[in-house]
Amino acid sequence: MGSGFLKRLMLVSALLSVLLAGAMYLGISVGSTGSNFGDSMRLLLTDKSVDSVQEAIIRQIRLPRVMLAALVGAVLSLGGLVFQALLRNPLAEPYILGISGGAAIGAIIGIILGLSYFPGVSIMAFTGSLATLLLLLAMSSGQALLKKDSLLLSGVMVNAFCSAVIMFLISMTRDDRLHNIMFWLMGDLSTANIEQVGFLAVALMPCFILIFWLSNIMNLLLMGRDMAQTMGVNVKIVTITLLVVTSFMVSATVSYCGLIGFVGLVIPHLFRIILGSDHRILVPACVLGGGAYMVVCDLLAKILPSQGEIPAGVITALIGAPIFIFLLKRPRQ
Amino acid sequence: MNQAISINNLNYSYGNISILKNLSFHIQRGDFFIIIGPNGSGKTTLLRLLAGIISPRDGRIDVLGDSIEDYTRKTLARKIAYVSQTVPVDFPFTVSEVVLMGRSPHLGMLGLEKEKDLATAKQAMEFTELDLLADRRMNQLSGGECQRVFIARAICQETDIILLDEPTASLDLAHQTRIMDLMEKLQKERDITVVMVSHDVNLAAMYGKTLLLLKEGQIVSRGKPDEVLTFQTLEAAYGCTLLVDESPLGRFPRVTPVPGRLMKIKD
Repeated sequence: MGSGFLKRLMLVSALLSVLLAGAMYLGISVGSTGSNFGDSMRLLLTDKSVDSVQEAIIRQIRLPRVMLAALVGAVLSLGGLVFQALLRNPLAEPYILGISGGAAIGAIIGIILGLSYFPGVSIMAFTGSLATLLLLLAMSSGQALLKKDSLLLSGVMVNAFCSAVIMFLISMTRDDRLHNIMFWLMGDLSTANIEQVGFLAVALMPCFILIFWLSNIMNLLLMGRDMAQTMGVNVKIVTITLLVVTSFMVSATVSYCGLIGFVGLVIPHLFRIILGSDHRILVPACVLGGGAYMVVCDLLAKILPSQGEIPAGVITALIGAPIFIFLLKRPRQ
Repeated sequence: MNQAISINNLNYSYGNISILKNLSFHIQRGDFFIIIGPNGSGKTTLLRLLAGIISPRDGRIDVLGDSIEDYTRKTLARKIAYVSQTVPVDFPFTVSEVVLMGRSPHLGMLGLEKEKDLATAKQAMEFTELDLLADRRMNQLSGGECQRVFIARAICQETDIILLDEPTASLDLAHQTRIMDLMEKLQKERDITVVMVSHDVNLAAMYGKTLLLLKEGQIVSRGKPDEVLTFQTLEAAYGCTLLVDESPLGRFPRVTPVPGRLMKIKD
């Protein structure tokens, strides 16, 4: 490693950036109104306006949607990576601590109350997820936070409780709001709007940077709490910081686009198998690669059905679950 | 300054349960110091206190002449390395990655290694005869090899003191000897102070320069192996009948438990 590490970091980041850029370009160019690679390139590179309808579609519909997909994929993959390291459990994913359950309850109440999708439902969802985070921190305050299984079990319990509440709320809902609830639970990127996506991006960037900054410490954490501490890590502060930052990041994203599953489980594993366990490489890989994966899934969600579209969360699970089973079945080299 | 660690009136308790009671002793620089005692006697707690993982309720621990409270985590990590009991590594780190982690107390936040750090890691792997396994992943190694990797990581940390919590537990005879030989070589050739918790009284007798026998958080005996390992002190500590004679290998005691002779613990 040494300079070799930097070289590797650059190489991985460059390759995945190209992949992400390619996926995004494809996402911007292809859609239900047909594909127009030339127009989208011209629009992105120059200010020359083309056909105004095409311009509106590309600028106002596809571009924000692709950007949102990339952000969501990045956040969920990174969230999964951090929780896997923090809980020292390869099966952890960003929703494992119950943040998703809280967000879903908030969102469903918002939908039942008939609030607008943005900001109403999003704010309700965000509040719900932060409430579960606070509950979780209170439940496992002090020493218990450091025992990985107690945090994990608290999260699983919070999630189970939230699921019960969600089922109850769904069973009480009758009209077309039910459809909206189902769509939210499956995850939906179609509501993207450029200002909101921009705002989300600005909120998320510091989280990405902070997590990268802590990436070497995540390596040390995987050696166990005691050994990490005797290598100079303040385990308690780092654990709380990672937990809060990641939860915030996932909450903000989920509140905006619903519960998109499987990205956060599969992408970190995929990269761990290809690139090894060094989080200094895995953090940028998950941000870029997870973003690319989500953009491609969303593209498939748009173009596969002849009418309407499938929720993106369905595609991620449809592709993600078989990949995951394949990885589990695969003999460890 | 000849004392690596000195401990004065150290007390520790979990809630109302007192684990360590008013301990005072010191560990010489360059010693091979082994802490023995029955289950629940406070050995591991003592080691974790020395490692700075937990803080004492009262009493004082000095590390190389300075109070342990005056160190930051990072500066302490440059003086003391710690190898914990068993750590299953479910994540596919390579051997050289784990060994290199030992450099982190000497490096910045992102742990960017320089040539010198790579050389130190390489040397630590050669010392522990891991150089051929450098690119293997941790989950492909046996228990004994894993333990050697963690020891190499501790060596790579370049500290004056290395603490080990039962490094030979659950290893076969060959690996036990290998680990103990390694620690002895480290202590002799590099003058590193080795402090170890062990359940194996006979290994302690063969390798230890100084032994500390604990029972219920108090010192039963401290000194050279033949001073500590007498049947009176051992029977008092462990509560079973033991035979203590001289090892056929030479000048250290050999302890043999006698079957079916558990003593009633007198209150």
